[in-house]
Amino acid sequence: MSELIRLEHVTRRFQVKRQQAIKAVDDVSFDVRESEILCVVGESGCGKTTTGKIISGLLPPSEGRVFYRGQDITTLKGADWKAYRLGVQMIHQDPYASLNPTHSTYQTLAAPLKRHGFASSEAGIRARAKELLEMVDLTPASDFLDKYPHQLSGGQRQRVAVARSLTVNPSFIVADEAVSMVDVSIRISLLNTLLRLKQDMGLAVLFITHDLALAKYFAWEGRIGVMYLGRLVELAPARQLVEAPQHPYTKVLLSAIPEADPDVTRTKQHLQLRSMDVPSLLRLPDGCAFHPRCPFFDGEACEKVVPPFTFFRDGSAVACHPVQRQREAEIIAAPTGMD
Amino acid sequence: MSQPIHVSTVQRTSAPALSVQGLTITYQAKRGDVQAVRNVSFDVGRGEALAIIGESGSGKTTLGLGIVRLLPSTATIRQGELLYRRFGAAGNGGGTSATSEVDVLQLKGRDLRQFRWKECAMVFQAALNAFNPVLRVSDQFGDTARAHGYLQGRELADRARHLFELVRLDSERVWRAYPHELSGGMRQRVLIALGLLLEPQLLILDEPTTALDILTQRNIMDVLKDLRQKLDFSLIFISHDLSLAAELADRVATMYAGKLVELSDVYTTFKNPVHPYTIGLIHAVPTLTAHRDHVSSIPGSPPDLIDLPSGCKFHPRCPLADQRCREEEPELAPASEAHHWVACWNWQSASDRLHNGQKGASA
Repeated sequence: MSELIRLEHVTRRFQVKRQQAIKAVDDVSFDVRESEILCVVGESGCGKTTTGKIISGLLPPSEGRVFYRGQDITTLKGADWKAYRLGVQMIHQDPYASLNPTHSTYQTLAAPLKRHGFASSEAGIRARAKELLEMVDLTPASDFLDKYPHQLSGGQRQRVAVARSLTVNPSFIVADEAVSMVDVSIRISLLNTLLRLKQDMGLAVLFITHDLALAKYFAWEGRIGVMYLGRLVELAPARQLVEAPQHPYTKVLLSAIPEADPDVTRTKQHLQLRSMDVPSLLRLPDGCAFHPRCPFFDGEACEKVVPPFTFFRDGSAVACHPVQRQREAEIIAAPTGMD
Repeated sequence: MSQPIHVSTVQRTSAPALSVQGLTITYQAKRGDVQAVRNVSFDVGRGEALAIIGESGSGKTTLGLGIVRLLPSTATIRQGELLYRRFGAAGNGGGTSATSEVDVLQLKGRDLRQFRWKECAMVFQAALNAFNPVLRVSDQFGDTARAHGYLQGRELADRARHLFELVRLDSERVWRAYPHELSGGMRQRVLIALGLLLEPQLLILDEPTTALDILTQRNIMDVLKDLRQKLDFSLIFISHDLSLAAELADRVATMYAGKLVELSDVYTTFKNPVHPYTIGLIHAVPTLTAHRDHVSSIPGSPPDLIDLPSGCKFHPRCPLADQRCREEEPELAPASEAHHWVACWNWQSASDRLHNGQKGASA
């Protein structure tokens, strides 16, 4: 599969006070291939949403470069820029906020179709809008076309938001916590719709979530990346990451999650953090940002040197000094542009 | 204006701390009545933790608010009875102790205010909004203590320090802090400590870990487990998170469209659920260990509480629904095992018909 999006050493700063800036995203590099699913997981403030916005072109990176189909997006102009912006679409967390309450489903879908010339006649737009609603399992489509957001349930609204993102025939969807506002019982059906679209249309998806179990379900054949305080700390095939985590932070997260089985969850071993305090992005610790809390803290290197993102033979990549030492023989060279 | 509390002293050993009988609560809305809680009955034993699980809009929070009589003015308690038992000091033999019964729905004025917090405290969702933003933590504790004629000054600070230790907070740092200076997890723990300030017998927690990060959630769960071992109180917690119930609850009540549809001990809920909704909900939540093929969605979406379907309210989404389900609503009735209750016409075959093919290979 050829590469669709590539981030190279992307950093994004935000000015918070006159003299101070935080790095919401710090030196992040990864790629997403065509028709691939990549889940980005992390706690609030880890930079996952900022990463999604940078990929979608909604925020420029402060440093580093983003490539779309091999081209640096800052060099794109005219038709190329438009192709990129249409090719990468974002689905937001809250469909109550992302849909215009005064627009019917038809109006919501018709606007981009008209604006970008995907359909021109009234009949053509209606036909395409119906087709899109069927693609997101809102059937019979005619029942939904003239409804306003307040007449739809949360799950239905989010499906309309998905349909809208498909109006411009994208090749890449960035879904930011796209099911976290949807009722538990219908989350899976919404995810299944996205999975089917990936299958049918060859869509690639960057799925941003805080829920590792959900990430494993959705990215089953894809990959999961874990972020902590702006940095990508681990990236691996989804099931491998959950079943054999490498980075101490990933291990701690997985050990903390309760399971929906009383026998399992009550006997689960929890790794203890050295400190409960999450460092402020304004005053990040030196070296590895996780070292003040890390249960596997191992000496000076952790305190002083930022661990490099290291690639291993089994397809995983981890930024951790002890892991790097233990698995020295398995280290491979980084893929192009990601060293 | 206060009325005497309806008290009758009884001698019982295993009486529940709270008995809810046929509670029905509606809200008035322009389109009609929102039937948020419909004929709900359950007991909470002394020292027991009961989880009430369900999706948003299932009536869980309304039920909690109804128990502490904090419903907004648009809500009406149509029917039902809330009996609260205040236990005296436990005898050394652990046997009989004097208890008094309070009819919560009859409480008024001062008695009602005393019941809230001193007998039964509720910790609300959205921990930041529960504080007065311009008061220090110490003042919030002071206000609560003063309103209830509780300890003041040095003694109050000592009591608070003890509670902060129990919820694993650094009391030096927290006592003088303003709410905005605390993280979400710290606020939640301060609220739990504040809820326990007056030593209530019953604590109600509404979505105690929702909107908190995973590691903070773990910390709150560990704190709650710890508290239950060290202090003697009953716990009702309301959550959409099944795994929280699996971790903390003794018993689990599943709520759907304002009604309890299944009630059993936590092991039965997760190992042998018999209501199609409970079964569906358990399968709808992906877990770290589950194979992708064993996760499946419940079709349709939760009903409109103003315009409920006929018969069993789950029938439009239920794979087992038949004619009777469409016409007649089942009430909570005993299932095969002791203390297992279910409201479903087809519960006897539900487990076989729904488990097979979904659960099969997961063992």
